[in-house]
Amino acid sequence: MKHFSDLISSIEITNKTNAKIDALVDYFSTASDKDKLWVITLFTGKRPPRPVKTALMRQWCMEITGYPEWLFLESYSNVGDLAETIALMLPDPTHHIEKSLDEWMKELKKLTSKADEEKKQYVLNAWSGLQMQERFIFNKLIGGSFRIGVSKKTLVNALAKYSGIDANQLMHSIIGNWDMGSISFDELLQGEHINYDNSKPYPFCLAYALEKELQDLGHPKDWQVEYKWDGIRGQIVKRNDEIFIWSRGEELVTSQFPELVEAMEVFDDDFVIDGEILALKDNAVLLFNDLQKRLNRKTISKKLLEEVPIGFYVYDLMEWNGEDIREKPMSFRRDLLERLFSLEKRAPHTVLSEIIEFDEWNDLNDIREKAREFNSEGLMLKQKNSPYHTGRKKGDWWKWKVEPLTIDAVMIYAQKGSGRRSSKYTDYTFAVKTDDGLVTVAKAYSGLTDKEISEITRFVNKNAIEKFGPVRTVKPELVFEIAFEGIAFSNRHKSGVALRFPRISRWRKDKPVDEIDTIEDVKKLITDPS
Amino acid sequence: MKLVKFTKKGIYCIPGKFYLDPWLPVDYAVISHGHADHARWGMKHYLCQTDSKAILKHRIGPDISIESLPYNVQKSINGVSVSFHPAGHVIGSAQIRLEYKGFVVVFTGDYKVKDDHLTIPFEPIKCHEFITESTFGLPIYNWLSEAEIQQQMHDWVKLNKAHNRTSVFIGYSLGKAQRIMKLMEGVDQLFVHSAIHNLNNAIERSGIQLPESTLLEYDFKKEVLQNKIVILPPALLGSRLLKKIPNAATAICSGWMQIRGNRRWKAVDAGFAVSDHADWNGLLSAVKATEAEKVYVTHGSQATFSKYLNEIGIESYEVKTEYGIEEEEKEDSKTIKTETE
Repeated sequence: MKHFSDLISSIEITNKTNAKIDALVDYFSTASDKDKLWVITLFTGKRPPRPVKTALMRQWCMEITGYPEWLFLESYSNVGDLAETIALMLPDPTHHIEKSLDEWMKELKKLTSKADEEKKQYVLNAWSGLQMQERFIFNKLIGGSFRIGVSKKTLVNALAKYSGIDANQLMHSIIGNWDMGSISFDELLQGEHINYDNSKPYPFCLAYALEKELQDLGHPKDWQVEYKWDGIRGQIVKRNDEIFIWSRGEELVTSQFPELVEAMEVFDDDFVIDGEILALKDNAVLLFNDLQKRLNRKTISKKLLEEVPIGFYVYDLMEWNGEDIREKPMSFRRDLLERLFSLEKRAPHTVLSEIIEFDEWNDLNDIREKAREFNSEGLMLKQKNSPYHTGRKKGDWWKWKVEPLTIDAVMIYAQKGSGRRSSKYTDYTFAVKTDDGLVTVAKAYSGLTDKEISEITRFVNKNAIEKFGPVRTVKPELVFEIAFEGIAFSNRHKSGVALRFPRISRWRKDKPVDEIDTIEDVKKLITDPS
Repeated sequence: MKLVKFTKKGIYCIPGKFYLDPWLPVDYAVISHGHADHARWGMKHYLCQTDSKAILKHRIGPDISIESLPYNVQKSINGVSVSFHPAGHVIGSAQIRLEYKGFVVVFTGDYKVKDDHLTIPFEPIKCHEFITESTFGLPIYNWLSEAEIQQQMHDWVKLNKAHNRTSVFIGYSLGKAQRIMKLMEGVDQLFVHSAIHNLNNAIERSGIQLPESTLLEYDFKKEVLQNKIVILPPALLGSRLLKKIPNAATAICSGWMQIRGNRRWKAVDAGFAVSDHADWNGLLSAVKATEAEKVYVTHGSQATFSKYLNEIGIESYEVKTEYGIEEEEKEDSKTIKTETE
C-alpha cells in the first residue's frame, strides 16, 4: 500500500490542481492494472459497502489506547476526521504489513460478512502493522468518504493527460457501467463499454456580469430577458434513447437526478438542452441550501425525492435531432425550444424558462428588485441574434444580479470546521439586538479570508467560555456585515425571521457592538409581496 | 507551602519577590528561554541561562540589565535558591527550579523530551509542584523519531531535486531554523534568511557550533539557489522573496503539521511535524518523572491535559497565562519586519 499511500500524501497536501494531476499521472504510469482501477473506483465514489461500523472502530481504538471517551471526542473535534483521529492515537506499529491496494480491497470485501470478533482481529492486526499514514488510509478504505480534494474532474484530467484521450469521453467511461474484473484499465480508458457519441456534451455558453448601463445595450426589442436562477447549471444530452446530465464543471451527474432522466424519456426527439437544475416544489423554486441536500449522494432515498423534488428550467437548445444548431440565432433556437416544450406536451419536472415582457429598459429595474421574492437571483439579458457561444464571450449574454441585503450583527458562537478547516473556528452564529439582549439571526461560514479566520480563531481561543467540545460561546464583541439574498417571516426561528443565503460580507472592525442592527431593523427589510 | 502564585503580570515567586517569564513589566524577571512570549521587553532586570544571554540581548536590546547562570548552578535571591536545568526546547532554554526551605517548584517554560542533537537534552527534576506547558497536550500528537522525520525530509529534498525544484523550509528563527539546519546538515548548501542568520550569529557568540549555512543575500541571484535548500521564517510565507525563488517547493516544519487539516490549511507543498515541544507521551512522562504532588498546566491544551492528569490520579490545575501557541506567527512577524524593512 506504500505506493497508494504516497499518492495520497502528495495529492492531499497541495492545493495546486496541476500538482495533483502530476501525482496521479505518476501513479498511473507505475501502478498495477488492478490498483489503478481501484483508484478510479475510490475517487469516483463507487466504493463497496462499509465492512466495519465506525462505532466499532472507535470502541476498539479506545480499548487499545485506554483513553476515556471524552478524551477521544476532544481529539476528534481537533482533527475533524475519524479515520485520521484513530490513526494518530494508536500506538506505534509493531511490525510492517505490505499488501497491494487490490489485496486490501479484496480482504475488506470478504470481511463484510464476518462476525464482529473476526473483524476486530483483522482490523487490530492491520493497525499494528501499518505506519500512521497507511493506517489512516486503511481506515478510509474501510469506510467514510474518500474525499481528499480530488474531484472526478481532476481524476479525469489526469487520465486524459496520461492517455491522451478526450477528457469528456473519459468522464463518460469512468461513470459508465463497468465492474472490477470484467474490464482492464486500458479497455476502460478506451471506452469499450460505452458509446461516447451518445453522451458528448457541448461547452457551456457563459455570461459576464453586466458592466454598462441598460440604455447602452441598444433596443429593448433585440433582447431576450429571463430570470437568473441559482441552482446547478446543467446540460441534458438525449441521443439514441440514452440520457446524460452534465454539470457546468463537466461532471456527469445523471444518477443524481433520476426524476429528470424519467422526465426526458417521454420525448421522441433527440436533443441537447441547456438549463438550470433547481429544487422545485409546488411550482416554487426552493433555496440552493435545499438543493444541496440532493447533491453528491450515493443513493437517493424515496423520502429525499419527495422532500426535495428537482426541476429543470430550460434555457436553450443546442442540438436537435442530431443537428448542431448553436450557430443559429437565439430567437430561432427559442422557437424550436418552445415547440419542444410547449405547455401541452410539457414533461413533468421541466419548466421552460419564462421570457420577461417589457417595453422600456427602465421597466426592468423593478422586475429585478422583486426577483428575490421568489428566490431568483436576478436577470439574464441575451441578444436575440446571438449564437450559443463556446465558453465566455463578452457582449451577447449578460447577468444582472440583485444586490444583496445586509445587516450588521455580532458573533456569539464559533465552531470548528472540518477537513482543511478543522483546526480553525470557521462556522459562526450571529445575533442582533432585542429589547433585552441578543437573538440569533444567522449562521454563516464563508466570506472571510484565511488570515481573518486565523485572527478570529485566536480571539475565540482567548475568549471562549466552554473548554471542551466543538462549539464555543464567545463574548459578543466582533461585528460583521452579513449579506443575504432574501428574508421572510418564520415561525421556526426564535428571531421570527429566516435569512436566505447568509454569508459574511465584511468584518466591521470599525463598528462597536452597541451599533449593530436590532431585530426590528431586520424585520423592516421584509417586503410584503402582496 | 505557597512558593509561587499566578498573577496578572506573570508567575510570581512570593518569598523571592521575582517573576518567571512575566508578560507585563516587572523589576526582576527570571527567563526560561528567548521566545518572544516568554522573554518580553520592559523588565528592569533579567536573569537567564548563559546560552540565552546573547539571544535576549539580540532580541530585546543590547542595553538591558541582564545576568546569566550556567545550567545546574544555584543562585540565591531573597533566600530562594534559583537554578536553570536543560529543557531541550531551543538553544539556551531552561526549566527554572526554585527551592525555599526544602520545598521545590519547577517551571518548564517550553520543553521537549526528545533529543534533537542540537540543544542539551531535557532533564527531569523531582519537585513538589510542577508547572508544565501543554502546547501539544492531546493524544493525537505523538512525534516520529528524529531519524524517521529526517528520512522523510531528505526524501522530499531528493524528490524536489529530481524535479529541478528548490526546497524551502519554513521554521521560526530561534530554534526551529537551527533544528532544520541540523536535520539537513550535509545534504546540500543551506541558505538562511537574514533574521535567522543574525540569530545564528548571536547563538555562536555563546560558543555553540551550528551547521554551516550561507546568508541569503537580499538581491540573491536566482541561479544560485536552484536545487538548493533555503530556510525562511514563517512571516515570509507568501512574500515576494519566496516568489522570487525559482521553482520553490515549500514545506512548513511545525508540530501542528501532524494534522492533515492544518497541512492543507497552510496550502504549501509539504508539512513536517518537527516540533520543539513535548508530544503527548513526552508531557506525560515528564510529569510522572517529577513525582510532583501538584501539577499546574499552562498554555496549550491545559483544560484537557489537566483533566486527564486528575483522572489518572495526579492532582492538577489549569492556569491561564499569556504564553501562547502563536510564537511561530507572532514573534517572527515582529522581528522580520524590523530586520527587512
